[in-house]
Amino acid sequence: MSAKLLIHGGRVIDPSQDLDGVFDLLIEDGRVAKIDGKVQKPKDAETFDASGLVVSPGLIDIHVHLREPGQEYKETVRTGTMAAAAGGFTGVACMANTDPVNDSRSVTEHILLEARRHGYAHVYPVGAISKGLRGEELAEIGEMIRVGARAISDDGKPVMNAELMRRALLYAQHFGIRVIQHAEDLNLTGEGVMHEGEWSTKLGLPGIPGSSEDVMVARDLILTEDTAGRYHVAHLSTARSLDMVRRAKAQGIDATCEVSPHHLILTDEEVAKRDFSTSTKMKPPLRSEKDRDALLNGLADRAAVDCIASDHAPHHADEKDVQFSLAPFGIVGLETTLSLCLDRLVRPGIVSLPRLIELLSTGPARVLGLPGGTLKEGSPADVTVFHPDEEVTLRAAAFRSKGKNTPFDGWKLHGHPVATFLEGRRITVA
Amino acid sequence: MMPETSTRWRRKDLLGIAELSPAEIELILDTAESFAEIGERPIKKVPTLRGKTVLNLFFEASTRTRSSFEIAEKRMSADNINFSTSGSALEKGETLIDTALNLQAMAPDLVVIRHGHPGVPHMLAQRIEAGVINAGDGAHEHPTQALLDAFTIRRHKKTLGGLKIAIIGDIEHSRVVRSNVHLLTRMGARVTLGGPRTLMPAGLEKMGVEAAYTLEDAIRGADVIMMLRIQLERQGRMSFPSVKEYFQLFGLTTERLKAAKEDVIIMHPGPMNRGVEIASEVADGPYSVILEQVTHGVSVRMAALYLLSGVQEETA
Repeated sequence: MSAKLLIHGGRVIDPSQDLDGVFDLLIEDGRVAKIDGKVQKPKDAETFDASGLVVSPGLIDIHVHLREPGQEYKETVRTGTMAAAAGGFTGVACMANTDPVNDSRSVTEHILLEARRHGYAHVYPVGAISKGLRGEELAEIGEMIRVGARAISDDGKPVMNAELMRRALLYAQHFGIRVIQHAEDLNLTGEGVMHEGEWSTKLGLPGIPGSSEDVMVARDLILTEDTAGRYHVAHLSTARSLDMVRRAKAQGIDATCEVSPHHLILTDEEVAKRDFSTSTKMKPPLRSEKDRDALLNGLADRAAVDCIASDHAPHHADEKDVQFSLAPFGIVGLETTLSLCLDRLVRPGIVSLPRLIELLSTGPARVLGLPGGTLKEGSPADVTVFHPDEEVTLRAAAFRSKGKNTPFDGWKLHGHPVATFLEGRRITVA
Repeated sequence: MMPETSTRWRRKDLLGIAELSPAEIELILDTAESFAEIGERPIKKVPTLRGKTVLNLFFEASTRTRSSFEIAEKRMSADNINFSTSGSALEKGETLIDTALNLQAMAPDLVVIRHGHPGVPHMLAQRIEAGVINAGDGAHEHPTQALLDAFTIRRHKKTLGGLKIAIIGDIEHSRVVRSNVHLLTRMGARVTLGGPRTLMPAGLEKMGVEAAYTLEDAIRGADVIMMLRIQLERQGRMSFPSVKEYFQLFGLTTERLKAAKEDVIIMHPGPMNRGVEIASEVADGPYSVILEQVTHGVSVRMAALYLLSGVQEETA
């Protein structure tokens, strides 16, 4: 028996084939069978009416923290992928800073097993670069890749040791994977808890200078060039880092970068406006207006920004409900990203809708070499359907994620996810 | 003896100077003037806050500020209770929120809090009904210090507008600087901050002040000089190499004082490190008003307690 689904009447946008128009999309056996102006409904096909909605390749977030194993009180593979599905994402890449660290085959396998059992979205584990994220020796990267890891990163921590980073960039080439760096010089960060500038000075909070990110990106780009490696900057947040990545790309260095919605929408002033609210505390910190403007300007440019990733970082309410200096870094993003991007990026004309879909789907798939990001005939039918401009109110209390830590609670935004399909199967979130 | 003024105090809390208007600042200073006289009486007590309960929460060591608040409270007949770090709930692992809720359950009227982390008084103020006075939160604000400084300057210079005021020392880590910058610039003074570049925070230009990197440049033509305490533990930790070198570069001596105006006054929020940021000859010399600051601190804190207690409203 072959399962068939016809998604009809929607505006189909697929940046991978420069497609934008009202089309019918026929799915057979979990794959895209046909896209055409009018597809005759096979008798045995189910249908989904997408009139007035946008149909795109499934959105992929290549930077999330699912917290499993070890910190299930913050999030699990199950709740994290539920959040993904509710937010319009069909795939997530999860970082290795779990407990134990995902630095071995058995942890990678555990995550994938949980995803197969309880997952509402594809899960692409990111293995650790170094054993225990200690930044001293390489983890068993080959073993992790063999069982399904898609990239390596010590995210949460930078690789401070330049020699280890050089080795990682070399070794990763055996597996054709990218080395993802949480770019931060810990000596420059020091005790810092927010961006160093006017607002950290006014609030008396220790600052994290932009240079903390920049010196690391500069160092890594040099190492990437020398090793002919493949490098990716996670949650890039400064004007100067973006400029360096853009120039490196122009020189043929294989560097890519992601930016996060909160860095595109908020600035360091937010910490003052919210009276030290810990929902404004994350790493990298909310940066200056100048940095934010540079990121917004780079967003439309394929030669600059490759994708948007949320850095979904769930924490328990008790952990965040403490004084600013003591609160953990991070906010959730899976259930806010699409609405934020539609309202704050597409609506004011900063990027076109097709470019946004590229940043959220085709781009991230390309960066990590993941399946998906396309609706070409024959490809897996991972599909996202969303409303482009209907108003919604974000409600943290209703998040599927265990983490409610967001600065966007209560925001009224235009546009929201409607449905995700995973290999042709509609995902319903309980 | 109650102040006659058209401005009413409308805030529940005194968390910082940043949010105060010039009228509110003047209201506190004028109110403090009317309380100053009580400290000169043989019996230094008025019944103004009788029946009001004030909690003094000091999560960071303090002698001067805590005593000043306690004396102010006692002079106004408030019942006061002191919590300090040693043996407090925080050391037993209770979160600040739980501490706040427990305190709230005892129904105090006012809470005076000092804490090492910026924003803690704000957090407390959001959670409890009592009025909160920030007695210093990390490197953020210390509003009553800036107010007593302003009170002292006004006593000597009549007004703050147009004065040139130099503040010298560890600008980066000082809450006194931040509150003073907000207050003084708002009241029309020109402020120059001086100190080693390694102790100057980012973005000062956005705060409406000038920066100077030698002591002479900073104090040239100054009406007022405030010297800040240098924390000795910063020595040798990339901020400055030694106390000896710091004193050579930024220590205030009689000789160097010549760059300032003839009628300059010298202030220090205390506690002083003699021979580090200030020579004894200056601290004890004719221009020094350092002990007056301490005296005025009590009047200013009486004013803050009075305004926040709502007594003004009750009797209006």
